[in-house]
Amino acid sequence: MPEPTLVRRALRHPLLWPVLALLVLLLVNVVVNPSFLSVRMQDGHLYGNVIDIIRNSAPVMLVALGMTLVIATRGIDLSVGAIAAIAAAVACTRIVGAGDEGALVTAVMAVTYALVVCLLLGAWNGFLVAVLGIQPIIATLILMVAGRGISMAITDGQITTVNNPWFSDLASGFVLTLPLAFLVAFGMLLLTAALTRRTALGMLIEAVGINPEASRLAGVRSRTIIWTVYAFSGLCAGLAGLVIAANTNSVNANSLGLWIELDAILAVVIGGTSLMGGRFSLAGTFVGALFIATLTRTIPNIGIPSEVNYLFKAIVVIAVCLLQSPRARAMLRPRRRRPTPAPVIAKAGSPA
Amino acid sequence: MTQLARSKAVAPPGTDRPPVIEMRDITISFGAVTALDRVSVRLFPGEVHALMGENGAGKSTLIKALTGVYTVDDGTVLVDGERHEFHSPAASQAAGISTVYQEVNLVPNLTVAENMMLGREPRRFGAIDVRAMNRAARKTLLHLGLDVDPATVLEDHPIAVQQLVAIARAVGVQAKVLILDEPTSSLDADEVEKLFAVMRRLREEGVAIVFVSHFLDQVYEIADRMTILRNGRLVEERMVAQTPRLELVRLMIGRELETLERLDRAPRTEAEGGAPLLTAIGLGRKNSLEATDLQLFEGEVVGIAGLLGSGRTELARLLYGADHADTGELTVRSERRRLRNPRQALARKIAFSSENRKAEGIVGDLTVADNMLLALQASRGWLRPVPQATRTRLVRDYIEALDIRPADPTALMRNLSGGNQQKVLLARWLIVQPEILILDEPTRGIDIGAKAQIQAKVAELAEKGLSVVFISAELEEVLRLSDRLVVMRDRHKIDERPNDDVSVRDVLEIIAGEAREQGDRDA
Repeated sequence: MPEPTLVRRALRHPLLWPVLALLVLLLVNVVVNPSFLSVRMQDGHLYGNVIDIIRNSAPVMLVALGMTLVIATRGIDLSVGAIAAIAAAVACTRIVGAGDEGALVTAVMAVTYALVVCLLLGAWNGFLVAVLGIQPIIATLILMVAGRGISMAITDGQITTVNNPWFSDLASGFVLTLPLAFLVAFGMLLLTAALTRRTALGMLIEAVGINPEASRLAGVRSRTIIWTVYAFSGLCAGLAGLVIAANTNSVNANSLGLWIELDAILAVVIGGTSLMGGRFSLAGTFVGALFIATLTRTIPNIGIPSEVNYLFKAIVVIAVCLLQSPRARAMLRPRRRRPTPAPVIAKAGSPA
Repeated sequence: MTQLARSKAVAPPGTDRPPVIEMRDITISFGAVTALDRVSVRLFPGEVHALMGENGAGKSTLIKALTGVYTVDDGTVLVDGERHEFHSPAASQAAGISTVYQEVNLVPNLTVAENMMLGREPRRFGAIDVRAMNRAARKTLLHLGLDVDPATVLEDHPIAVQQLVAIARAVGVQAKVLILDEPTSSLDADEVEKLFAVMRRLREEGVAIVFVSHFLDQVYEIADRMTILRNGRLVEERMVAQTPRLELVRLMIGRELETLERLDRAPRTEAEGGAPLLTAIGLGRKNSLEATDLQLFEGEVVGIAGLLGSGRTELARLLYGADHADTGELTVRSERRRLRNPRQALARKIAFSSENRKAEGIVGDLTVADNMLLALQASRGWLRPVPQATRTRLVRDYIEALDIRPADPTALMRNLSGGNQQKVLLARWLIVQPEILILDEPTRGIDIGAKAQIQAKVAELAEKGLSVVFISAELEEVLRLSDRLVVMRDRHKIDERPNDDVSVRDVLEIIAGEAREQGDRDA
């Protein structure tokens, strides 16, 4: 049996289209602005559009990681934006209320406190879905709406501003020349990958997403698994909220993380994970999140007027989704007949 | 190659009529696996054409090529002498080809009429004319001799009726070609007769019927001509009447029938020492199973016979904890406890293979290896993955032991044929090393070769001390394997006896009871 060539393997690779879309987007930027990709070193930090992109991709990437696992179980989590706002509200009010506002310990305590709250909120979603059997879209819609109210209540409806250098570093700090925010998101990606692929969690999540009943009969603890992924999604959303808040050193409960669930879902879908659940790709989600961040950066760079930027974003997203649809690709490609010479003698029975 | 295929063809009745369908040198591959390799088939109007072959022979693939589900890589399809390329099921239907698949492919929560008329509902002022729709559906149903109210919801009917509705739907579109893929696997004898009557009528009307069935009796009863496939290739085209059964089986599996012979094992008659492994007393569930007693000893195969809906599956599910029992008690190894979920059963070394392979067995988008290891992994929990070396060894061993094809651990489960999927599922349960194995219809819809292999495996495991509850609609199979026989009817146990010299006819008489004299058909 002939080994598929490297090229053919690459052509069939599920990451091909997302990566290609990302490259095309970068190319468009370079054409408009030849110095787009240039990166310079300043004070031991890297600066440039690319660095901005990876830093700005952090919140979406974080949210999308949790979302990927939730979607793999056939679920969806609409509450991530609200959870992000709650995390930011909790952390900022803790910092403001602390005795020593600028201390490292204050920042660490506030962040930990906020993340625990988010874990609980995610577990609440998981409880509604896994135990009460409420449809995910409805179950998480509850917190999507209520969560804004909660974060407003925490901040008394005021824009809370904090002054803690350690906390701001979460968004603007640099470690090893790279933005800390990106490293946090990337670290979370690695952690998630290890958690799902080094253990059996990923396979069990996929099994539950593909065939819940067969999984139940095989003794899979689907309830625990579903609960876990929602809690994890809450945690990721919380982390994203902290990064966003750190970026402005403030929290506006009304607007923080607004619509981020949609960007995250898009990142997941662009990355090749099906909304029907089942097989998921964290690498795909990573590329998807980078794509979303690049797109956001592209809009001002190529001079799209701000009135139409949502429209532009939608058009690009549609184009990418079309590229990924096998049917749309088949329509684009001229029909070919497989060449007949040298038929492959592959007996189905013989071991490959 | 075409020449070769042609030379194997035999003259059908009334050769003067041209074939309504001619498939020439059809080739279809999935990745590296060639599912069909230059297969040619002809269908003539007014014949019942049996498509014969083992699992993985390519029958389902061929049907899916004809119905537009799969696109043909190479080869041509002629309909009434004209070349067609089917890129979708709709294109195939438009050419007059209708299909009833192995598993009922209808919408459970629509009515019978809505299902039958789906996509071609009669309209009135733009809206669906429900009355006209029900009338049309009723007409078709009556034509088939089916007494079903078209306004009732489909899922309220038993599977058998749903299957007949699926056939009625296919008949209703005035098809030139009707494809029946394992239509009889969930029908009882009466219903099979009903179906055959319909098929004969359609044959007289000039419809070409493709019939796929693993019941040889049925093939010999109804089919005129057949095409035999093996390993994705055409073996031969034959007239049914001129082909002795043994020869057909030889053509299909391409090897001698040793596996089938070896099965007949001496029933265990020695008195079982000690307490039973499993005892159910009065186990029951509302609207599903009346209070039922059952005992199972070590190394014993208990066969459960009964028609569809007799409570055989329901009993199995209660024993496994797949459903909750309302009444009765269950004792496993002197521990008295009703099982509340499959995990509790698995913890007590009970495994259960569901009759519903597609919905409750396979995880289609995962690999063969993952499917095999699912239950083991679930019992270990997600934090302790099965070590790579163990994983490789287990998967390789079971692929070899059960002769799973393709022998590729990374193949996606959904791309395997039914019989091979069933073997992977059997492997899934054997890997957890159960002491009690409940097999519900483990051989349904699969071919003789795989069936024999699965039966032989069950017999072998029982010899080694595994206790098995074996459920099958095929009485021969139950009788061949069981040490003890439990007969069920109308949701309760009506008879239990050691399996010595019990014949199919005996069992049928028990099932039929005093009320009816049934069973002559099978004798």
